Amino acid sequence: MRYVLLLSAALLVLGCGGLVWLDWYPAIRPSQPPGRASFPAATIERGARLAALGNCMSCHTAPGGAPFAGGRALETPFGTIYASNITPDPATGIGTWSQAAFTRALREGVDRGGHLLYPAFPYDHFTRISAADDADLYAYLITRPPVHAARPPNDLSFPFDHRFLIAGWKLLFFRTPPFRPDPGQSATWNRGAYLVQGIAHCGACHTPRNLLGAEEAGHLLAGGEVQGWYAYALNGASPAPLPWTADSLYAYLRHGWQAQHGDSLGPMREVTDDLAGAPDDDLRAIATYIAAGLGTATPHAVPAPIAAPASTGETLYQGACADCHEHRGGPPFAGIDLAESSTTHAPNPIDLANIVTGGIPATGEEPAPIMPGFGSVLTGRQTADLIGWLRARFGAAQPRDGVAGAVQAARAHDGLSEAAR
Amino acid sequence: MILNVNGQQQTVDVEPDTPLLYVLRGELGLNGAKYGCGLGQCGACTVLVDNRAAFSCVTPVAALAGKRILTLESLGTADNPGPLQQAFIAEQAAQCGYCTAGMIMRADGLLRRNTQPTDAEIRAAMQPNLCRCGTQMRILRAVKRAAVVMHTNAESNG
Repeated sequence: MRYVLLLSAALLVLGCGGLVWLDWYPAIRPSQPPGRASFPAATIERGARLAALGNCMSCHTAPGGAPFAGGRALETPFGTIYASNITPDPATGIGTWSQAAFTRALREGVDRGGHLLYPAFPYDHFTRISAADDADLYAYLITRPPVHAARPPNDLSFPFDHRFLIAGWKLLFFRTPPFRPDPGQSATWNRGAYLVQGIAHCGACHTPRNLLGAEEAGHLLAGGEVQGWYAYALNGASPAPLPWTADSLYAYLRHGWQAQHGDSLGPMREVTDDLAGAPDDDLRAIATYIAAGLGTATPHAVPAPIAAPASTGETLYQGACADCHEHRGGPPFAGIDLAESSTTHAPNPIDLANIVTGGIPATGEEPAPIMPGFGSVLTGRQTADLIGWLRARFGAAQPRDGVAGAVQAARAHDGLSEAAR
Repeated sequence: MILNVNGQQQTVDVEPDTPLLYVLRGELGLNGAKYGCGLGQCGACTVLVDNRAAFSCVTPVAALAGKRILTLESLGTADNPGPLQQAFIAEQAAQCGYCTAGMIMRADGLLRRNTQPTDAEIRAAMQPNLCRCGTQMRILRAVKRAAVVMHTNAESNG
């Protein structure tokens, strides 16, 4: 027994020592930020399009804050991480970062000073970005207006607040395969694969994560949870009752909504907002690659609705939902057919709870779906009755699973207190 | 079923999925809330449910047992308008007037939880309600005026 204890202690010391050793990276010498004149305009322009595809802005911009100046809170199961300032401010941003330092951050998750970065920054995807694209991205970001804005300190629980542990995480989960095109596929498919696996980092939300927050390698794009929303499966497990096609996916990514499949919401709305700056060809490539992974494009019959017992849920549906969601021609001016909606069929009811509670806000100048939120007139119990009935009626496999928790989370998110009811 | 409207218990005999708006106008003769789009998108039908603004056209009465409903009629009368109504009159914040009742109730909901809203907060709170005549700037001024008057009254009374 004593030997076992001693051995364990020795291993622990060795392990920690090993991590500290793995944790060590040299600082890269500070450099003067190259001016705009150092880059051809076309390079900066290509970088802007890559940044749009990479959704850099929405994570690295605080609500109401200056673009790319960081400070946005990212809720994770381990606590809150604040995004860093990636404007070229020398003191608080990346103004002293050379191209080499920038590339090291993207490829290895190490900042200029040699500190390990938390994998909330998706460097596990960015390893697949080509050197040429790295250079374009650098040219774009380093020529933004510098903004002096210090990042608030992270608020992570023990032991995750110790950065040297990231070395262990990288040892366990961080693999750095370069992107390998598949010669059996079209150029468009390969471009899509390159973007999806790399800069666009779709898996960061759409792939489930293990207990240590790493994407599960065996379940790529199988659906994940992020920031209080469920990111649908983008593989054969897609809950969409109407199969997506490359065309419908392209339209969704281009406009942020699509008539048969509905609206992008939550964190995905931020993605589609950013994608406004992405080129058509790249969105088509992403759509082609994802649609191929979703399996057959042959429409299958929408499953017959399951008879749900008449209940409070049905009464609320008839009074609050049916008028828009039936017989009015669909989005953008009326509601999606709920029998064809991924949201009513998803294995996780959190998105349905979020939408019923908070609605779909109006955005932009173009016609797009909107929906009033019902959080202010429905109690949590009534919301749960409605959602349970919707899922039973329109075909989710386990209609009541997780509904109570989802409703509670959605209401807490909208600042609705149950005590008042 | 029994509804609590403007502080009074009202017994109404309607199907439970009937929208509140139809009950207010058809059963109770409260014509303040207007039928606009019928889809919860324009705000002409806005009332308060437990002090929060709600679209009465898409709120089935089945959801409202035990909740307090307030309509425009709770704020004052033509002869004796309340502070919000006075402010809308003073700023001439109506052109065709169809959205006005909903605007006032949306503003009432805001001023109940925030007695000194900033201009940005007023804009954000009023965002769900539409005015097709272009009276928005006057409406924003009216809400601001009402906030100041109501806050000053509360201070001098308190």
